[in-house]
Amino acid sequence: MSNKNQASTRDKLFSLIVYTLLGLALIIVLYPLIYIISASISSPTSVGSGKMWLWPVDITFSGYQVIFKNADIWNGYKNTIFYTVLGTSINLFVTLPCAYALSRRNFMAKKWFMKMLVITMFISGGLIPTFILIKALGMYNTVWALVIPNAASVYNIVVTRTFFQSTIPDELEESAAVDGASDLRIFWQIVLPLSMPIVAVMALFYGVGQWNGYFNAMIYLSDRSLYPLQLILREILVVQDMSSNTTNFSTTSAEMLQQKQQLVDVIKYGVMIVSTLPVIMVYPFLQRFFVKGVMIGSIKG
Amino acid sequence: MMSKKPFLQRILDQKWLLLFILPAFAYFLIFSYLPMYGILIAFKNYTPGVSSNAFIDILNAPWVGFKYFTRFFSSYYFGQILSNTIVLSLMGLVIGFPLPIILALTINEAKDGFFKKFTQTVTYAPYFISVVVVCGMLIAFLNPTTGILTHFLEFFGIKNISFMTDPRYFKIIYVLSDVWQGTGWGSVIYLAALSGVDTQLHEAAIIDGASRWQRVIYINFPILIPTMVILLIMSVGNLMAMGYEKIILLQNPLNLDSSNVIATFVYKTGLLDAQYSYAAAVGLFNSVINCVLLLSVNKIARKVSDISLL
Repeated sequence: MSNKNQASTRDKLFSLIVYTLLGLALIIVLYPLIYIISASISSPTSVGSGKMWLWPVDITFSGYQVIFKNADIWNGYKNTIFYTVLGTSINLFVTLPCAYALSRRNFMAKKWFMKMLVITMFISGGLIPTFILIKALGMYNTVWALVIPNAASVYNIVVTRTFFQSTIPDELEESAAVDGASDLRIFWQIVLPLSMPIVAVMALFYGVGQWNGYFNAMIYLSDRSLYPLQLILREILVVQDMSSNTTNFSTTSAEMLQQKQQLVDVIKYGVMIVSTLPVIMVYPFLQRFFVKGVMIGSIKG
Repeated sequence: MMSKKPFLQRILDQKWLLLFILPAFAYFLIFSYLPMYGILIAFKNYTPGVSSNAFIDILNAPWVGFKYFTRFFSSYYFGQILSNTIVLSLMGLVIGFPLPIILALTINEAKDGFFKKFTQTVTYAPYFISVVVVCGMLIAFLNPTTGILTHFLEFFGIKNISFMTDPRYFKIIYVLSDVWQGTGWGSVIYLAALSGVDTQLHEAAIIDGASRWQRVIYINFPILIPTMVILLIMSVGNLMAMGYEKIILLQNPLNLDSSNVIATFVYKTGLLDAQYSYAAAVGLFNSVINCVLLLSVNKIARKVSDISLL
């Protein structure tokens, strides 16, 4: 009996440690997020002085008012939505059919094409040759520089292929082929409707990548009107030097700089929220899909 | 065995499947293989815009052999850049690799229910926040006068630490913010592996009087080893290619001693200073090391554990 008691105390202690660790992880991840939300609707002075440390203090929406009136942020938002929709569509158009073809056992080009893909994981031209290529192709400072150079990733193609292999039974394709359906019809009318989880996962992976990326835009775009949201955010949050057309000031005297800094203080937490909100809103709904996607990818990656 | 049809007949039979790979084929040919031709400029003295065609410019550029490689190896900053690259990567690996495993093992022990679900949803979330926003958060939180961390530290009597401009803090800021952003997401793949544990193993262990701790160590942990090995191979293969997008954002002239790594050096020399050939040579040096690392770790792993990527 005492042995059993001992065991149950031991397991209780174990549970205590488990929930303490999880609670700790939760606080570490959640605190900065709550802080940003609270800071975005608190007065900049109470944020800067440290008076606001968890819940909003001196609630004001002036930051959001400035953000919603800012032409740069709106234009960046519009551009980002456009790049994300276009880019993700291209990503899916390249990835899904290719992964399906590679999942077919008797596909003649399967072996050498997989080799061609795997080699790119080991050898790449690198940043400079790629940059020269984009310029040579005339894509510099165009929309295409943001949606074409990362049109597909080998990892995503392999994960999608594994999904098709493990969820679509060969018999289904064989019987459809016997009925005279072409591969296009099999893919479009039978395989894709059965594969919505992986389509959702890929749309999310690629979409988030497009939404959050800044580097390609930074090196390939020179025209401000083409800037995606992340580049505008970079100016506000990192470079902290808002251009004159953001603030309607054209001089850069010390006083003006100070005013700019104050403006940045007012809006910086708000822009973090505004830019992240769409992704964070979509993701919990797709969570069960992408856990599934990662799981399938891990079976035989 | 497939009946041996004539080649042309097989192409006609599989015309749709061949069309399906056509976009991907064109994409990888142009954007992965064509830049490999551009590696040539690392051994040449390439000047852009001589003719209207970059391909001809590359072809016609005069050979200089290993000039740019020797220039890099003998430069005064070579040692610093190399050591920053290696130290930053190893720190990231040593701190960042075990945490997702611990988190996954812990989440797996929690009872199914709201708390578990909530913890998972919250810890995965930072992965979806952009690198610009994460860096913006760091810069705001660590501001030496207005940052929230500064206020917390003041409470404990620690004052005036300039986190962002002091080279001593750069690496730990970089690594810990990566941990904050990536640990939850990194645990997903381990949780997936844990969901495949045979429940009979646990039942048998309970009958034998194993405690929950023992079951975690002797049943759950070994299940994760193949996944760990694969991920370890992949991260070692990417050792020299760490998140330069984040480093560029956090870098400033004052913390350069600690934040200057090969990838950011390539970006600056090549794209900001337009020394294409020199930057391409440094970039090539980096990818060669990566490739060698990947192949050797893969080989070691295959010898030691029979698990390998290739």
